[in-house]
Amino acid sequence: MTGFARWGAYGIAAVVAVPVVVIVAAWLLPVPADLWPHLAETVLPRVLANTVLLLAGVLTGTFLLGVSLAWLTAMTDLPGRRFLSWALLAPMAMPAYVLGFVYCGLLEFAGPAQTGLRAVLGEGFRAFPEIRSAGGVIFVMTLALYPYVYMISRAAFVTQGVKAMEAGRSLGCSPRAAFFRVALPMARPWILGALTLVAMEALADFGTVSMFVYETFTTAIYKAWYGFFSPAGAAQLASLLVIFVFALLWAKHALERRKRFVSLGRPAQRAARLRLGRTKAPAAAFAWGVFALAFVVPVAQLLVWAARTLSSADERLFALVVHSLVLGAVTAAVACAAALVLTMAQRGGGKPVRLAAQVASLGYALPGSVLAVGVFLPLVWVDHRLAGFAERMLGRDVGLLLTGSLFAMVLGLAARFLAVSLTSIGSGAARIPPSLDEAAATFGVRGWQAVKRVHLPLLSPAIVAGAMLVFVDVVKEMPLTLMTRPFGWDTLSVRIFELTSEGEWQKAALPATVLLLTGLIPIAWLSREERVGAGR
Amino acid sequence: MQLSALVLSAVVVYSARGEDLIKPVFETFTKETGIKVQYITDTEAALVQRLKGEAARTKADLLITVDAGNLWQAAQEGVLQPIESATLSDNIPAHLRDPGKQWYGLSVRARTVAYATKRVKPEEAASYEGLAEPKWKGRLCLRTSKKVYNQSLVAMLVAQHGEEKAQKIVDGWVANLATEVFPNDTDLLKAIDAGQCDVGLVNTYYFGRLKREKPDLAVALAWPSNGVHVNVSGAGVTKYAPNKAEAVKLLEWMSGPAAQKIFADVNLEFPANPKVEPDAAVKAWGPFKQDVINVSKAGELQSVAIKVMDRAKYR
Repeated sequence: MTGFARWGAYGIAAVVAVPVVVIVAAWLLPVPADLWPHLAETVLPRVLANTVLLLAGVLTGTFLLGVSLAWLTAMTDLPGRRFLSWALLAPMAMPAYVLGFVYCGLLEFAGPAQTGLRAVLGEGFRAFPEIRSAGGVIFVMTLALYPYVYMISRAAFVTQGVKAMEAGRSLGCSPRAAFFRVALPMARPWILGALTLVAMEALADFGTVSMFVYETFTTAIYKAWYGFFSPAGAAQLASLLVIFVFALLWAKHALERRKRFVSLGRPAQRAARLRLGRTKAPAAAFAWGVFALAFVVPVAQLLVWAARTLSSADERLFALVVHSLVLGAVTAAVACAAALVLTMAQRGGGKPVRLAAQVASLGYALPGSVLAVGVFLPLVWVDHRLAGFAERMLGRDVGLLLTGSLFAMVLGLAARFLAVSLTSIGSGAARIPPSLDEAAATFGVRGWQAVKRVHLPLLSPAIVAGAMLVFVDVVKEMPLTLMTRPFGWDTLSVRIFELTSEGEWQKAALPATVLLLTGLIPIAWLSREERVGAGR
Repeated sequence: MQLSALVLSAVVVYSARGEDLIKPVFETFTKETGIKVQYITDTEAALVQRLKGEAARTKADLLITVDAGNLWQAAQEGVLQPIESATLSDNIPAHLRDPGKQWYGLSVRARTVAYATKRVKPEEAASYEGLAEPKWKGRLCLRTSKKVYNQSLVAMLVAQHGEEKAQKIVDGWVANLATEVFPNDTDLLKAIDAGQCDVGLVNTYYFGRLKREKPDLAVALAWPSNGVHVNVSGAGVTKYAPNKAEAVKLLEWMSGPAAQKIFADVNLEFPANPKVEPDAAVKAWGPFKQDVINVSKAGELQSVAIKVMDRAKYR
């Protein structure tokens, strides 16, 4: 690959690495002497066990839901598959913290479900499981995060599943065996990529676990910062998270090593779908059930609440939507461009380039507020130097130019969500056989020409999907947006923060509903593209 | 001279207090004085980091935050400056402001016992320490220990009784829990109303708001007789405020009757200015003896309090 892309990749990794380096550098700062002994004795054993349980539960849940739903909609004659194939993506637009709030409200003791049951079964009824528990938080996070696995593994099944199944069947496998022994192993790198995203998201989450009062490593980080007033201690804890995620990325790489996963040519267009037969009804109930739980129920609840506060809708809401849209679109473009450079550099690049790509993914695993400070501090440092320089040149102080600018906000958000676009575009590129690069080279098509004429056309679905994922993530994002936004640049998620900072979630139903609709725009668009593209 | 000062000619506020609670105050201020107010909201911790980073080039003039611990921390981090003002010392009682004059309390919030009117008599519930007694086993609801309001309350218990006794009290609370702890006070009040538990600890304005929404709420407030834990929300002028004069003016104005009335009415808090009456609904809860957290030790005590709660496995 061209040297330009390689140096570009190093440049991008360097920029994204700065906040991470700042956080790791906190080990040089003093913390209260009794902070670590106290945490190690009372807090860490508990939160580590909780975090492992959460990760195991959410990874298992999203894997089972995501892969099975992808398989059902992509490969079988599931009733309603056309609608479901994109409708099952819709929960992606639902922030996990909103889903958590809705389910806590519905299922807690004082909520309508249990109140109704007590009315029927008698006031003494206490058998309902506690929603604010490990089970509750795993349930909600699985529903919020399975779309990552669903979307990415569905793309894998669509592009190679039919051929894989045909090959498996021709070797005498039953459909079941062909799935488990051929199609699933072949989709493994993509599924692993999606699960890595899920793991990072679950590790970084603060909003949802707080709703369930479930203590994780991330809540311990916030305890050090907000409770013990030690940002340095929080950063030290966060750096342990960084190391863990780095190990996770290496493990994923090791699993894929020495294996090459490329497409088996063009997807078969009108291949016969697998007949579900007697399992049709339960399969349909399962798929529609997931859609109902992850989308219909929470949306219905949000609409009921939003209807009560409809009078508060004003022209400001429109400005919030515009800000969210612009921010999402610009960040998506930046994050995808950066991911494209990293991906191209990795084609034929060696270890250093791959390391650069892994470093560039780390921002995603850090709790938002911690990364926000990591982004903010170097930025404001550069800003002071710039202002000092301008003062010497112009003879007056022009103030800080980068801090509180749109540029800084997009930079921070792109750094956070680069892992997302990278996973999507990287997995798309993995399906392009290297032989194609070689073939192009024999025709004299190299470097940027090859990217433009060979890779980009083949990658466009992956780029669009990556852009959509980043867009939706940016629209949902809270802490970084809060800390880096310019004056007057409030977004929908900022509004939700303001309305809920005193714990009154129902008041935020209107902006939450609008946020959901905003996030649905690219999902609906993508689904149309896909249907048109697939020609069916 | 800063460019921003030439362009804006407005007070810039960093606020950890929600927009709905500050906007009406700022709007009235602008109407009365012609001085515009620009603001950004975020969490206290992020705002303090932001002020530290921006240092001498910050655009912020005023920091508004809740809880004495957070105000103590802001002063400790050196992002505020002392303000001498006869108006402020006149309007805000000494126990509700920083001895170093770096910040001034603007509203008072009490954290007290809420009880189920059908199952509990107010006199049996009127004590923080009493809630640790075995008779409340399976009857107590608490909000998470992560919330600064609970940290300050336990800090007060530590200041009153010492760490050892405070530990016993918190251990007792945890042993008495009826269910998992709650993420906010409103859900806790609803749980008492629904019969999941009989007593709990809440900030009074959450009770006021819920009561306003749901007048038949079967919950009432009890006041511990040896003193009710009160905390403050407040504000301070930033160390490098570009528009210091206007910022002081806004701070002074917020301590005056018009703003104090808005603070009190919008959020059903107690005005910090003793000359201003609380809302009628708030007054109806009856009088109580205030026990204000020791502001000069708030931060240190907060750390001790969190450790006590961690040891009690209070989530």
